[in-house]
Amino acid sequence: MSTGWSLFVIVVTFGMLIGFTWLVLNTRRIQDPDGGSKLNDHEFDGITELDSPMPEWFSFMFLASIAFAVLYLALYPGLGNFPGLLGWSATGALELDQRRAESRHAPLFQRYLRTPVEELAQDPQAVRTGQRLFGNYCAQCHGSAAQGAPGFPNLTDGLWSWGGEPAQIRATLVNGRQAAMPAWGPVLGEDGVADTTEYVLALASRDHDAEAAERGAEHYQQLCVACHGPEGRGNTALGAGDLTTGVYLYGGSRETIATTLRQGRNGVMPAQRDLLDEARIHILTAYVYGLPARHGAPEPQ
Amino acid sequence: MPMFTHDKIERHTGLMVVLILVVISFGGMVQILPLFSDREVTEPIEGMTPLTALELEGRDVYIREGCHVCHTQKIRALRTEVERYGHYSVAGEFVWDHPFMWGSKRTGPDLARVGGRYSDDWQLQHLYDPRSLVPESNMPAYPWLFNREVNTRHTARKLQVLRRLGVPYTDEQIETAADDVAGYTEAEALVAYLQTLGTAIPRR
Repeated sequence: MSTGWSLFVIVVTFGMLIGFTWLVLNTRRIQDPDGGSKLNDHEFDGITELDSPMPEWFSFMFLASIAFAVLYLALYPGLGNFPGLLGWSATGALELDQRRAESRHAPLFQRYLRTPVEELAQDPQAVRTGQRLFGNYCAQCHGSAAQGAPGFPNLTDGLWSWGGEPAQIRATLVNGRQAAMPAWGPVLGEDGVADTTEYVLALASRDHDAEAAERGAEHYQQLCVACHGPEGRGNTALGAGDLTTGVYLYGGSRETIATTLRQGRNGVMPAQRDLLDEARIHILTAYVYGLPARHGAPEPQ
Repeated sequence: MPMFTHDKIERHTGLMVVLILVVISFGGMVQILPLFSDREVTEPIEGMTPLTALELEGRDVYIREGCHVCHTQKIRALRTEVERYGHYSVAGEFVWDHPFMWGSKRTGPDLARVGGRYSDDWQLQHLYDPRSLVPESNMPAYPWLFNREVNTRHTARKLQVLRRLGVPYTDEQIETAADDVAGYTEAEALVAYLQTLGTAIPRR
């Protein structure tokens, strides 16, 4: 605020306060000492109205609230650029609150940071902390029970698109991930998509048309093998799913697999580095790392 | 003898109206007038760019569907809010908002910094069927946004009007506005808008 406007605010504010004080004092009437009250000068059918003055305590309240305003404006920011004697500000109060919380959490978070992920995942207190963080940052996509949704991985089943080692989970959290399965529809044509779908089903030993799958295998060896591997075991470096498990990120019906082949998939995990500090990333890594074990998922082979 | 008494004011309604207006206007003068010349309130924060035509159409879908009834776009300077949503909102972020979308009630979460928080795929799926992703959600589904294309008739005009209100759109942006949004669904426009929200400030 410029000095001019600041002065303007101060002058008008004090003008108001002085004006109010003058008004209250000027219009105040003291009760007649002899106890009698005046009558108003109107009268209807013999009914008249007393003109009693405002009770003293009431005008005192007026004056008291004016005094409160003066005190408040002296202590807190309100008069233009004058910061107030207490030096209070909204952002200052926030920073103080944050510093207090930080110093309260710091010893705990320091202990967490010194504990390796594998060990931290067993710590019930750290798991509870992790659960809160997960609820705010992860649950929208992965679900509050971490069971995922079509297109958003289930984190409890021990199957990892981008790897389940602590360092891999950490990298996923910090940098995010961008999967890139190309759309094969234009290359394969509808017949090719249908044949390859049968082969994908065959990879997971599901019901399939063996003849079509044989044709699909040729497409697979040309187009899919680079990411999903010769045996369909996927590649966590690329986020390519393991096609032998029978668990599919986007759904495993014939139609859905065909759609995936036809249109491609480009799943995105948003980077969390701007949202979370080192300690919180570490806690979340441990929380996510421990999810399959806590949900009784089989040990990965 | 006082200059005027309650008696006089109470018997002259016109005088009373005038005096009330005078008193109120003093409060307004002190609280509102200085803001017009306060840079912190009137100038955009550094690095902020106006909404593109598509994002602007998305904003209008946001308004039409009443998103602002359940979602605020204003993070207060309180630790709990900053921890959940990111850096508190600052005045400079809203100087190009006509009207601003602060909202007043949170049935759903604040959206002031939702931009980039979730992927486009998530936003689209969540608009189509919120409970497919968040089973506990009480947000309505908006499936019709997916088979309605953005109406391009007024897009250029909207940019023009906003430019008159001080948003720095270029002639070129206005010229190509209608083409820029043609063919997009309303859902895509809305997601484009949501992904811009609060991205001009680092979030932590």
